Amino acid sequence: MSTKGKVAGIISNLVIVEVDGPVMQNEICYINLNNVDLMAEVIKIKGTQAYVQVFESTRSLKTGTEVKFTGSMLEATLGPGLLSKNFDGLQHDLDKMDGVFLKKGDYAEPLDFKSAWKFTPLVQPDEEVVAGSWLGEVTENWISHKIMVPFKFVGKFKVKSVVPAGTYKITDNIAILLDTDNKELPVTMIQKWPVKIPIKAYTEKPRPFRLLETGVRVIDSFNPMVEGGTGFIPGPFGTGKTVLQHALSKQAEADLIIVAACGERANEVVEIFTEFPELDDPRTGRKLIERTTIVANTSNMPVAAREASVYTAMTIAEYYRSMGLKILLLADSTSRWAQALREMSNRMEELPGPDAFPMDLPAIISNFYARAGYVFLPNGKTGSVTFIGTVSPAGGNLKEPVTESTKKAARCFYALSQNRADSKRYPAIDAIDSYSKYLEYEEFQNYIKENISDDWVDNIIKAKNIVIRGREAYEQINILGDDGVPIDYHQKFWKSEIIDFVLMQQDAFDKIDSSTPIERQQYMLKKVIDICHKEFSFESFDKVNPFYKQIINYFKQMNYSEFKSEKFTNFEKELENFISSNKN
Amino acid sequence: MNTTAFQRIYTKISQVTKATCTLHAQGVGYEEMATINGRLAQVVKIQGDLITLQVFSGTEGIPTNAEVIFLGHAPQLVVSDELGGRFFNAYGFPIDGGPEIDGKTVEIGGPSVNPVRRKQPSELIATGIAGIDLNNTLVTGQKIPFFADPDQPFNQVMAMVALRAKADKIILGGMGITNDDYLFFKNVFQNAGALDRIISFVNTTEDPPVERLLVPDMALTAAEYFAVEKNQNVLVLLTDMTLYADALSIVSNRMDQIPSKDSMPGSLYSDLAKLYEKAVQFPAGGSITIIAVTTLSGGDITHAIPDNTGYITEGQLFLRKDSDIGKVIIDPFRSLSRLKQLVIGKKTREDHPQVMNAAIRLFADAANAKTKLENGFDLTDYDERTLKFAKEYSDKLLAIDVNIEIDEMMDTAWVLFDKYFNEIEVAIKADIVKKYGKFKKIEENVHST
Repeated sequence: MSTKGKVAGIISNLVIVEVDGPVMQNEICYINLNNVDLMAEVIKIKGTQAYVQVFESTRSLKTGTEVKFTGSMLEATLGPGLLSKNFDGLQHDLDKMDGVFLKKGDYAEPLDFKSAWKFTPLVQPDEEVVAGSWLGEVTENWISHKIMVPFKFVGKFKVKSVVPAGTYKITDNIAILLDTDNKELPVTMIQKWPVKIPIKAYTEKPRPFRLLETGVRVIDSFNPMVEGGTGFIPGPFGTGKTVLQHALSKQAEADLIIVAACGERANEVVEIFTEFPELDDPRTGRKLIERTTIVANTSNMPVAAREASVYTAMTIAEYYRSMGLKILLLADSTSRWAQALREMSNRMEELPGPDAFPMDLPAIISNFYARAGYVFLPNGKTGSVTFIGTVSPAGGNLKEPVTESTKKAARCFYALSQNRADSKRYPAIDAIDSYSKYLEYEEFQNYIKENISDDWVDNIIKAKNIVIRGREAYEQINILGDDGVPIDYHQKFWKSEIIDFVLMQQDAFDKIDSSTPIERQQYMLKKVIDICHKEFSFESFDKVNPFYKQIINYFKQMNYSEFKSEKFTNFEKELENFISSNKN
Repeated sequence: MNTTAFQRIYTKISQVTKATCTLHAQGVGYEEMATINGRLAQVVKIQGDLITLQVFSGTEGIPTNAEVIFLGHAPQLVVSDELGGRFFNAYGFPIDGGPEIDGKTVEIGGPSVNPVRRKQPSELIATGIAGIDLNNTLVTGQKIPFFADPDQPFNQVMAMVALRAKADKIILGGMGITNDDYLFFKNVFQNAGALDRIISFVNTTEDPPVERLLVPDMALTAAEYFAVEKNQNVLVLLTDMTLYADALSIVSNRMDQIPSKDSMPGSLYSDLAKLYEKAVQFPAGGSITIIAVTTLSGGDITHAIPDNTGYITEGQLFLRKDSDIGKVIIDPFRSLSRLKQLVIGKKTREDHPQVMNAAIRLFADAANAKTKLENGFDLTDYDERTLKFAKEYSDKLLAIDVNIEIDEMMDTAWVLFDKYFNEIEVAIKADIVKKYGKFKKIEENVHST
């Protein structure tokens, strides 16, 4: 018999329920408000009182209202048909809801239970399987969606029978498994998993080492991301966080993109809804929306569901990872998630940590980032979840708790700089303040040597040094004046400007420049560094500026031209000629 | 207020603070309204049968035996076409001496729009102010605040925008505005003869501060009525959101909540987002656009209120006094409209983006020249010209008293380009210059000025 309860207290969306039986931390319950069931989650238990956070507005709720407990935690429903969907933070299908406004307690199922899929078995009777083993596959959009042994199954199982290839509904039994006691366990195409618990249906989680191409030069060429890596992008408002995330979701070399729009502007989500069905995915020739799932909990939607939204998105990502796919998970913005935690902690009158955030914020954040990763599956295949979150630091101050906690958890740091944004140097990532810990991984360096080139990592370090030296020179010029420093200082500065203008800056709105394949990045990086290592001579400092500006101009024209096209090579030749005109 | 049969009356208050009363009562709904000796109050906390009420007008003079009547509903507003041209207080009661509104009663602070039902904003709102239309174009369904110091004429600019914008309805939510400003708005609207499309909800500095918490929801509920049911384009003006946030912090403080940054409640972001996100383009054609005012203290945008606002809104407009021309201008550097990309060059002439960028770049060059001048360096001929350009650009385009059509703004910019620069300096794509440029007598002009 499931536990029941009655509402005993209400403070905004925190409701205290007097219960008549056992309750579980994070258990889901439904509060019956005028025949509408409001979903809520237990977040604290004190004697016979359960404190629940309601995923809806509690307006007009009264004490004495009946509450039903479900016995399970907040669970994601996993199965074919998750792609191209728009979910809210609790995985309700937003497109299935009626009307323009969201209604209280209108919970639309995440999957279409009537849908039928062409199933092909991948196992034979008597085969031994474990949680996450692939029993069969269906084709979803363009990916092969594996039907797996439910993650909740613990131990070893034997396949008793599996249905022959054919079309089945997702609720049909497609296989019967036997446990060690020979008990029959039917399996359908759907399974459920509690979102706050990581899916661990893998055998090993090595350090990630494979480069994840994003087409964004300041990331790939300076602070590369890896498959299964973690990164974060903090930045004050107006520095282009969202444009950058959109660029990543459009171009990144991943099989699937999951976007968690967490507490951000609704019109930004609308932009994805409007643009992605139109944009082509260069890898598959299909539309971008076909490889994208959106979990949208915009800033005006209930705050408790905002907290759940990042977990829901992560669980969907882990589910697809278990099929051997490369997933990129983007969350914009994790600060809003932290703020949701703060609001609840505050209502529960917990003693606050810094800036009134809960004391365990760093632990919560690092546990979440730890769910990303590159994994080996039971069948030897690999899959990955790469996670990149944005952080919106209050007042642009990177010393605030969310940024600091995230810095400890994420391995890549992409610092958006207000100065760069102000001078319209986009993307406004400061390549020097940013870092990628993966550059130091031996596995990564070996992978690059084998797959890209021997000198790639060296060149990255060289380029960074040129930029650092350029900055130092610029400071000296500013203090001592243009003619107060040796001409060499001007050269140092302008060499760093070449790297800035040609490699770091990128036109997100230009068809060609917006996405640069790694081969091209490598070519341009080498070319730029070669020029930066050349010595030029000038009569006076005011001759330096026009000379380098001209070089930058040639390079930019190359950036805007199709790689190795006639136009490209022509500009390249002009550049060479121009340079040899000055060489001594 | 008349009592009716179903209302419950209590007369035993167990606790009174500056803003709240607590009493034992049964069957009370969360966020339900009540009256305490006639003063309006709202349920903010229920613990067992202990009910805490937030008294909007303050608890001065409330005795423990005050008569508490629960009204059985959340705050409401009566909506109908009759709202047009009327002035209301924070509770939605008329303050202009006119009759009560006859219409449909709706609860304020209703549900959010399903994000998949929103349409991408795509219609331009012309204001005639070039600092806005040319450089920071507004779009229906957008939310954008003025970031201004208290001494700047933001209310005047808002009134101007309201009157010129081609909106079907303009709804003013005044929070903590001075009585003088209230009368100013009333006067301007009346004189413009546009009163029937203007609705005002006003809480002045003479009214209790906590009351203003109701004002934005009142204004936005009225806006939703016209945008959803009448498919109208509604412009909502909210001034001053800083005072609204201050009221939030007063209440959270009285409720013993732990403050976060700048003594603001931890929920400030969600509280503000709930209001601003009411800005929307509905699929059926109606829209709600929000223009707000957030006053700054000493231009500090890192304070929690402007900071959170900046993360929520789609850009911001900065006012600045330009000492060269002695007028207030819309600062082209710090102002930003995030949605302008959706309309400029698409709904406006194709040269719009290029003209806008070129003019701002030249204006920035002028700022550099000015710094040079102040530091005692010599100016080049180009510097001199940018300074002259900046002065005229400021006067003819950036100043808030400009009122011209968008095409005229671009034409004006072209004339200025021609007057002070050559084609190379302006650096606009050749085919655009050919089509719209006004470069004719480069040599003569440069020398004659």
